[in-house]
Amino acid sequence: MTAVQGTEQALLVLEDGRVFRGRSYGAIGTALGEAVFSTGMSGYQETLTDPSYAAQIIVQTFPHIGNTGVNDEDAESKRIWAAGYVVREAARRPSNWRSQRTLDEELVTYDVVGISRIDTRALTRHLREAGAMKSGIFSGTAAEAPLETLIKIVNEQPSMAGANLSERVSTKEAYVVEPKDHGFTGEVEFSIAAIDLGIKAMTPQRFAERGVRVHVLPYNATLETITATGADGVFVSNGPGDPATAATQVELVRSVLDAKIPYFGICFGNQILGRALGYDTYKLAFGHRGINQPVLDKATGTVEITSQNHGFAVDAPREGASMAPLDRFGRVEVSHLSLNDNVVEGLACLDIPAFSVQYHPEAAAGPHDASHLFDRFITTMRAAKNAPATTADSTQGEK
Amino acid sequence: MPKREDLKSVLVIGSGPIVIGQAAEFDYSGTQALRVLKEEGIRVILVNSNPATIMTDPEFADATYIEPITPEVVEKIIAKERPDAILPTLGGQTALNTAIALDKAGVLEKYNVELIGANIAAIELGEDREKFKGVVERCGAESAKSVIVHTMDEAFAAVEILNYPVVVRPSFTMGGLGSGMAYDATDLRRIAGAGLQYSPTTEVLLEESILGWKEYELEMMRDKKDNVVVICSIENFDPVGVHTGDSITVAPALTLTDREYQRLRDISIAVIREVGVDTGGCNIQFAIEPDTGRIVVIEMNPRVSRSSALASKATGFAIAKIATKLSLGYTLDEIPNDITLKTPAAFEPALDYVVVKVPRFAFEKFPAADATLTTTMKSVGEAMAIGRNFTEALQKALRSLEQKGSELEFNTPAASEVEPLIAASVKGSTSRLSNVQRALLGGASIEHIFEETGIDPWYLDQLALINETAAMIRSNPDLNEEVLREAKRHGFSDAQIAALTNKPEAVVRGIRHALGVRPVFKTVDTCAAEFEAFTPYHYSSYDEETEVRAHEKPSVIILGSGPNRIGQGIEFDYSCVHATMALRAAGYETVMVNCNPETVSTDYDVSTRLYFEPLTLEDVLEVIHAEESTGGVLGVFVQLGGQTPLKLAQELANAGVPILGTSPEAIELAEHRGAFQRVLDAGGLIAPKNGTAVSFDEAKRIADEIGYPVLVRPSYVLGGRGMEIVYDEANLARYILNATEITADHPVLVDRFLEDAIEIDVDALFDGTDLYVGGIMEHIEEAGIHSGDSACVLPPITLGKDVRDRVVAATHAIAEGVGVRGLINIQFALASDILYVIEANPRASRTVPFTSKATGVQLAKAAAMIGVGVSIADLRSVHHMLPESGDGANLPEGAPVSVKEAVMPFARFRTPEGKVVDSLLGPEMRSTGEVMGIDKYFDTAFAKSQAAANNPLPTSGKVFVSVANSDKRSIVIPVKHLAEMGFEILSTGGTAEVLRRNGIPSSVVRKVREGSAEGESNIVDLITNGDIAMILNTPSGGEARGDGYEIRAAAVSVGTPIITTVAEFGAAIQAIDAMRHFEWSVASLQEHAVTLRDAGIAEAAALAADTKAGARA
Repeated sequence: MTAVQGTEQALLVLEDGRVFRGRSYGAIGTALGEAVFSTGMSGYQETLTDPSYAAQIIVQTFPHIGNTGVNDEDAESKRIWAAGYVVREAARRPSNWRSQRTLDEELVTYDVVGISRIDTRALTRHLREAGAMKSGIFSGTAAEAPLETLIKIVNEQPSMAGANLSERVSTKEAYVVEPKDHGFTGEVEFSIAAIDLGIKAMTPQRFAERGVRVHVLPYNATLETITATGADGVFVSNGPGDPATAATQVELVRSVLDAKIPYFGICFGNQILGRALGYDTYKLAFGHRGINQPVLDKATGTVEITSQNHGFAVDAPREGASMAPLDRFGRVEVSHLSLNDNVVEGLACLDIPAFSVQYHPEAAAGPHDASHLFDRFITTMRAAKNAPATTADSTQGEK
Repeated sequence: MPKREDLKSVLVIGSGPIVIGQAAEFDYSGTQALRVLKEEGIRVILVNSNPATIMTDPEFADATYIEPITPEVVEKIIAKERPDAILPTLGGQTALNTAIALDKAGVLEKYNVELIGANIAAIELGEDREKFKGVVERCGAESAKSVIVHTMDEAFAAVEILNYPVVVRPSFTMGGLGSGMAYDATDLRRIAGAGLQYSPTTEVLLEESILGWKEYELEMMRDKKDNVVVICSIENFDPVGVHTGDSITVAPALTLTDREYQRLRDISIAVIREVGVDTGGCNIQFAIEPDTGRIVVIEMNPRVSRSSALASKATGFAIAKIATKLSLGYTLDEIPNDITLKTPAAFEPALDYVVVKVPRFAFEKFPAADATLTTTMKSVGEAMAIGRNFTEALQKALRSLEQKGSELEFNTPAASEVEPLIAASVKGSTSRLSNVQRALLGGASIEHIFEETGIDPWYLDQLALINETAAMIRSNPDLNEEVLREAKRHGFSDAQIAALTNKPEAVVRGIRHALGVRPVFKTVDTCAAEFEAFTPYHYSSYDEETEVRAHEKPSVIILGSGPNRIGQGIEFDYSCVHATMALRAAGYETVMVNCNPETVSTDYDVSTRLYFEPLTLEDVLEVIHAEESTGGVLGVFVQLGGQTPLKLAQELANAGVPILGTSPEAIELAEHRGAFQRVLDAGGLIAPKNGTAVSFDEAKRIADEIGYPVLVRPSYVLGGRGMEIVYDEANLARYILNATEITADHPVLVDRFLEDAIEIDVDALFDGTDLYVGGIMEHIEEAGIHSGDSACVLPPITLGKDVRDRVVAATHAIAEGVGVRGLINIQFALASDILYVIEANPRASRTVPFTSKATGVQLAKAAAMIGVGVSIADLRSVHHMLPESGDGANLPEGAPVSVKEAVMPFARFRTPEGKVVDSLLGPEMRSTGEVMGIDKYFDTAFAKSQAAANNPLPTSGKVFVSVANSDKRSIVIPVKHLAEMGFEILSTGGTAEVLRRNGIPSSVVRKVREGSAEGESNIVDLITNGDIAMILNTPSGGEARGDGYEIRAAAVSVGTPIITTVAEFGAAIQAIDAMRHFEWSVASLQEHAVTLRDAGIAEAAALAADTKAGARA
C-alpha cells in the first residue's frame, strides 16, 4: 500500500452507476459505504472521528480540506470512523500552530481510502436530488477493474437502512470521565450513566466541565449496570445506524423512563427516546449534515445554529402537546424543529423527566449555541432529586 | 415577531460622496434598504449628496433629498418630512456620525424621531476604544495589552510585561503626533521620552504590538429576539499592519481549525450582546498570534460596512436587505432566504468555493505619496473573484484588476534578487504578493518568507503551487488537454499560458476550445448545494458540471466597469444598472458581467442572471459562450461600463459577437485622431491645433508649430491618466522621456492648450436620426483642470442661447458623423467666443448620473433602449422615457440649478517623509467622488455643493489671500466684497500691496520661508492652529510654488477650505453672500421634478409615479 497523495487514479462509484474520476487521497484501495455530504467549512478532524459516520463515505462540500492538519486534541474518538473520504482540494501542506501531522498521513494510518479532485458540488447536487446512496471509492489497482464490476461491488454492500452499528463503535469497557480532569474544581453533585452508541469525546467533557461525573457504559448496558453506578440521570449518545434496529436500547430507555430516572438523549439518543415513547423513525432523503443548521426552540421562539449529523428522524406530531403512543409515559411535545425542512429536532416529555435533541449541543465541530442543554439536564436531575414525586414540569426548567 | 406597524415613514441617511474607505458599497446597501422599505409600504425619505448613486434615483424613495449630509440640513429635512424613524446604519460612518450629532443636539427628541437598527449607547461602546476594551474584557476575551505611563521608569517597567516591539501613543496629541513603534530600549527612550513631552498630561500609552499576527473578521447579524448568526468569516492574506481594505482577503477563513473558529464566533456573539447592537449587521476584527493561537479583539463596527458588502457578494446572503427588515421588527426566522426560497435567513451560509478580494490602488496618480501599506486605507477600489479553490480564485481576482502587471509572471529572478524581494515584502505594499511569489520562484523557502513577512505558510504554499504549475505549463508547450486542465484548475489565463509557451493568446484559446477545455458555471447559493437555488448568481470554474439553465429569450449581456478606480467609478455602474433595469422592464432577459463586489450591479437580483467574472476578453467570451449554448445572445452592451468594456468591443465583434448600440467602428473612429478630424471638418467644427507624435522630435515639431503651452497625453485613457500641460520644450522632453509606452499603436497626443477658456461638457443621446441633449454643463474652473476634478453647473449659468445652440449643432454633427447609437459625451472649450471640440466619447460618461438627476430624465435607460433598436421619437411618445418635447439643452428659467463638485483624497496620502501630498488640481484626474448641490439659484447650489463635499464655506472669520501675479488683477473686486462682508483679509507681501493700493485693508502675515518670528506666527502656523477660515491660493512657478505647497498641505491637514482658482473663488464669494442673506431650504428631487414640469419641461416617465410626493410642497 503506497501512501503518496494524489499519485494514483481513483474512482468514486455510486449505486446508480454515476462515476466521478479523481486522484487517490489517504490510503489506496477500496472503501464502501453510504455516500453522504457534510457542509461544514471547518472541523474535518472532528467529523472524521465522529463515530456516527461509521460505514459512511463523507463528501466534504467545502473544497479545501486538511489545511490545519491533524492534532492530538480535536479528535472526537480514538480513530477515524468514516468508511471513505471525498474532497476536492487536499492540502499539500498544513499550517496551524497546533498541527502535528497531515490529514493524508492520518487517513493512511487508519486505512481510510479517499478520493480528491472531483467535482464535489456536482456530486452533492446529485445526492441532494437522488438521496444518500451506496457508494464505493476505488484507487490504485482496485480502480482498474471493469466499471460493471465496481458498480456490482457497490450495490452488494448492505444498506444503511436496517444497519445496526452500535456494537462496532461502542466502548467495550465502561470508563469514568471525571470533572476534575476538565477544569471543574467544585464539589461533584451529580453523576450520570452515558450509554455509548458512538459517543463523541466532547459530550462527556461538556458534562464534566459542569461538575457532572460521567460513567460511560457500553452499548449493551442494562438498568442494573446503570443503577450500579449510582447515576442521577441517564444519557444516550449519538451513533451510527438505523434506530429501528436498536430494540435493546429502546427497551432499556423504557425501563429508565418507567423508573422516572431523568433522561437526556442526543441524536441517536433522540431517536431512541422517540421509539421508546412509541413513535416511528424514518430515513431522510439526504439527511442533515453540517454546522449551520437552524433549529427553532419552540419554548422560547429563538433560533439556535446547530451542528447536525443525522440521516434518520423521529415522526411525531409537531403542533402542541399530545399523549405519547405508549401512554404510560404521558404527554410529549416536539420541542425543536428544523427551520430548513420542519424535521423534528427535539422531544420533551411533560409528565416524566426526559428530553432529547436530534442535533449536537456538544458541537464539535460546530457552534456552541445549544450548550445550555447540558445545564438543563442538570436542572432536571436537581429537580428530580429534590422532589422525586412531582417531576411533571422539570423538563421545562432551564439554566 | 412581525413587522412593527407604527413605522409609517423612515428617513435613510446615505454615505455621501465616494471617498477612500467609504465607497460604492454603501450605495449597494442603501439601495437594498430603500427597496425593502418601499416593499413594506413605508414612506421612504432619503438624504444623500451623491448623485452618482442608484439609491438617489427618484423611484427608490418617496422623497429623495440630494442635499449635504450635515446635522443642520438633515434637521431641516426632519422638520419638513416628520419621519417616524431614522435608519442610520447603512450609510457608513457618515450616516452614523450624523445620527449621533442629531441625537446630541436634541433634534431626535424634539421631533420625536426614533433611531432604528442602532442605539447611541451601543455605537459609543463599539467605537470608543477604551470603552470597547472594557466590553471585550467583560466578554472574557482579550484586547491588546496596554499600560499608561507617566515617567520613563514606568515605561521601562511596562515593557517587562508588554515586550518589544511596543506601540507608543502619547495621550491627547493631535493626529497621532509623537506616536511610533519602539523595538528596543533606545527607541523607547527616544519615542516615549518625546511623547511624554508632547502630551499635555505627560502621559503615554504603551501597547503590545500585534504586527505580523494573523488577522480575521467575522460578519454578524442580530435580531430583536437576540438570534445571532455569523454570515461570513474573512481572513487577511496580509498579517496585521495592513488595513483590511488594502489587504488581499479570503473568505471563508482557510487556516483555522473548528475550535479556533468557534472561539472567534463565541467572542463575537458575546461582544455583540454586550455592546447591545440593536438589530442588523456588525463586524468584529481579530488578531491571532501565529505561534500560540492567542486571540486579541481589534475592533468592531456596529453597522453595515465595506466588509458587509463583500460578505454579501461572497455568500449570497444580502446583509443590508436583511438588516433593514430586522430594523422594522422582523426576526431572522421570519425572513425567507431569497436564494433557496424554502429556508429562512436564520442560518449561517455554507460556501463550497473560495472568494478572494484584491484591492486596487491609484498611487500612479499621486507620485509623491508613500506607497507603503499601513493601517490607513489607501486603495480606491477592489475586485473579487470566486473559484473552486484558492489558486483559481486568486488568479481570477488578480486579472480582474485590469492593471498592467497585476497577473502573476513567472520569469525566475536571479539569485541576487531573492533577498531584496523578501526584504521588500516585510511591509505591506502593492507588489507584496508578486514579490513573495517571485522570491519563491527564485528558490526562497516558505519558512524563510513566513519568518520575514508573517504571511501564513499555507498561502505561501499555494503560491508555490502556482509556480510549479507555471513550470509544468512551460515544459509542455504543446498544450494537451491534461496540461490545459491543470493550468485552468489553478486559474491561469489564456494570456498567462500564452506567455509561458510563447504563443499568441488567441492560439492558446483556439487550442483550448478545440480540445473542449472550457469552464463550467457554478452557482452561489448560500448552502453548498444542500438546497436548490433559484437565483442565477454564477461564477466560472474548471470543473465538471455546469448549472446555467436553458433560457427562452436570447439574453442581452451588459459588461460592467470592473473595480472602481479614479476616473472610472460608481458613475459607470450606475449606467449599467439603469440599462438592466430598463431592459428587464421592457421584457428582456439581461445578463450582468462584473467583478466589483461593492456595486449595485453585482447584486444578484438586479439582472436576470449575474456572472461574477473578470472583464477580460477570455472571461467575457466564456460567459457569452455559456449564454449562447443555453438560449442565445441578442447582443452585448460595451458602451455603459466605461473604458473597461469599450476596449473589448473590437475583439468581441471580431469573434462574431453582436455589439448593441454604437458599433466598434464608430468607437474606433472617435478615438482616432485623423478620422475624427474628418468628422469635425465635415461638420465645420474645429479642434485646438494638435498632432500625434511617437517620438520627442515629432512632439517638439508639433509643439513649435502650434505654440506653447501644449496639453500632452497618451491616447486611449480615462481620467486623464498621464495628462500634463507643458509650458516649454524642456518639460516636453521630460514628459516624452518618462512616457515609457509610446508606440505607433499608442502615440502621444499633443494639443494646443487653450488658456482662460470655459470648458463645456455635453451628454447626449443619438439614434441615427434624432438627437436628445441630456444637458449642457459649464465648468467652473478654467480649461486645464480635468473635467472629473472640476466643479460644473447645469444649466450653464453664463452661456447664452446662441452658444448653447452652437453646442447642440456641434453635438449633432459629431454624433451623426461618428455614428453613435446611444450615449455620447463631448467636451468643448469656449475661448474668445470660438467653440473648440476637445474630445468626444461615444459611451456613457461620468456625468450621466448627474445630468439625469439634474434634469429628471434617465439617460442611461434611454440609451439602453436605443441599443436594442428603439428610436428617440418612440422613447418620447411611446415609452415616455424621454420628455415629449424639449430637451436638456435649453432648460427654462425656473429650472433648478445643479452644481457638481469633486471630492479629493489628498488627506489620505503622505509622502515618505510624512507630509501631505500637494492638492493642486491639474489635467490628471484625482478625485474619488462627487457631490451635487441643487437649489433655485447658482449661489446657494454652489454653497450646498461645498458643504456636501466637506468643505463648507465660512460666513465670517479670516481669509488668507495669496495669488500668482497673473491673477492679482482679477481678485481685487471679489476680495473687496469679502472685506465688505466683514471678513478679515490676511495676505503676504505682493498680494497685500495690491490690496492696499485698492483700498482693501489686509494684515500681512509671514511667509513660510520667512520663518516664525518672536511672537509672530507665519501663515502655516496660523492655518495649523485653525485660525484661518478660508484660503485663496493660486499657484505660480518658482519659489512661491514651494510656499504654496506648504500652505495647501497645512490646509489639507486641518481641513481648511482652500480655493486654488480665481474662477472658483468668484463662485465662492457669491455663495458666501447668499449664505449670509438666506436660510437654506431643502427640496426633494420629486419636488424639483414638479418645478421642471411646471416650468415647461415635459415630465419624464420615470418621475410620473412620484409627483404626489412633490405636490405637497
